[in-house]
Amino acid sequence: MALRPLLTRRTLASASGFSSNGGITTSFRGLQTFSLPDLPYDYGALQPAISGEIMQLHHQKHHQAYITNYNKALEQLHDAMSKGDAPAVVKLQSAIKFNGGGHVNHSIFWKNLAPIQGGGGEPPKGSLGWAIDNHFGSLDALVQKMNAEGAALQGSGWVWLGVDKELKKLVVETTSNQDPLVTKGPSLVPLIGIDVWEHAYYLQYKNVRPDYLKNIWKVINWKYASELYGKECP
Amino acid sequence: MGSFSLHASCLAKHNLPWSNGCSQNLNSLRIPALQRGPGFLSRKASKILAFYGLKSPPYALDALEPYMSKRLLETHWGEHHHGYVEGLNKQLEKNDILYSYTLDELVKVTYNNGNPLPEFNNAAQVWNHDFFWESMQPGGGGMPELGLLQQIEKDFGSFTNFKEKFIEASLSLFGSGWVWLVLKRQEKRLEVVKTSNAVNPIAWDDIPLMSLDTWEHAYYQDYKHDRGKYVNAFMNHLVSWHVVTARIIRAEAFVNLGEPKIPVA
Repeated sequence: MALRPLLTRRTLASASGFSSNGGITTSFRGLQTFSLPDLPYDYGALQPAISGEIMQLHHQKHHQAYITNYNKALEQLHDAMSKGDAPAVVKLQSAIKFNGGGHVNHSIFWKNLAPIQGGGGEPPKGSLGWAIDNHFGSLDALVQKMNAEGAALQGSGWVWLGVDKELKKLVVETTSNQDPLVTKGPSLVPLIGIDVWEHAYYLQYKNVRPDYLKNIWKVINWKYASELYGKECP
Repeated sequence: MGSFSLHASCLAKHNLPWSNGCSQNLNSLRIPALQRGPGFLSRKASKILAFYGLKSPPYALDALEPYMSKRLLETHWGEHHHGYVEGLNKQLEKNDILYSYTLDELVKVTYNNGNPLPEFNNAAQVWNHDFFWESMQPGGGGMPELGLLQQIEKDFGSFTNFKEKFIEASLSLFGSGWVWLVLKRQEKRLEVVKTSNAVNPIAWDDIPLMSLDTWEHAYYQDYKHDRGKYVNAFMNHLVSWHVVTARIIRAEAFVNLGEPKIPVA
């Protein structure tokens, strides 16, 4: 298991008697703070598709930074709100969207991946598999589409397979920077997100993003995506 | 760099008068194209293509060590920058109107007031990277002097304030982009500006003086996630105040920064 840093907010909070719930700690002011979720596999478990070095940096540095800055922004927001400082509240929105989005997106991402022994790369069966064939023609066609859109994305962002929970339809979308999928449509639920920020692949693939996209499918956790799909489209 | 040698050999061929191989080429020449530059004459008889080449940084690829490694520059310049040039040339092959523009004009036209055309990303990134390499030098950093320093102190309060502002902008830029020291044409003052992805201040007619690439590929191999360390290395050891001075001197031909000094007879 990936080791959490020894002194997390959670440990400190439990030591001082605050309530603790998963990755969320509630302080005495009722303000929730977030902490880094554990990976359900070792850093090296996704090799050779994604190197252990990348997984460690991605998790411990990048994701952690989003969480730290998200907590900071939320605290500043709380202050600004209690003072009634409207300009300050509005000014904080971009930091909240960026860092909060980063936390949301990466939390999904870790669950979207699994080591090959843990079922990573195994094609979806059941209702999701059928829906993919129905909507895109085949799993291959879906993969080609997502790879093309991911490679064409300029700058930083994510490529998503999502389901529109109102229309019960599968969609492929891209979002820029750390915008969550919901920014592309309020009824969109992410099933699989692939991080195409350079930090997600650079140390291993350098500028060849298409190679990263080709290889990541070997460790995509379709079981988790199928569960989510089953919940939205029973 | 292969495209440059093609250029040289093509020109040499056309200097040979009336040899059989050449007369065929000469007949296919459209003379006005010869006067266009930078350009080269394609071997295809029917089409003449203008192209952009990959400009080298004004220093060897290992000259910025240890603040920017040779390995990083080989990837950043040799793969990323090179890729933008190749991509741009491929797009220009299909577009007769655009290929006759200079790079500056191309960036402004394809920016299209914020609704960029497909060529914008490549054109602007070629421009941006040319400008970025030239904004650095081995043994850079330190402080600007004389008129440039005075202008910075006038517009930012102090050089330290400017430095803090620049670093803060680099750290708070979300996603990929560039941080610029810019001379604002209308306001006639220096400012620190952040832009996303490939966007460039010449698109709204301001005059960039210096830039920092904050795309992750610009620092990841040397500094990994630590953008702060990278920005500090740039400010303290890489930025070329000589180049910035030269640029602002040229800019003053277009923007009055103070009262004009009219000599008294």
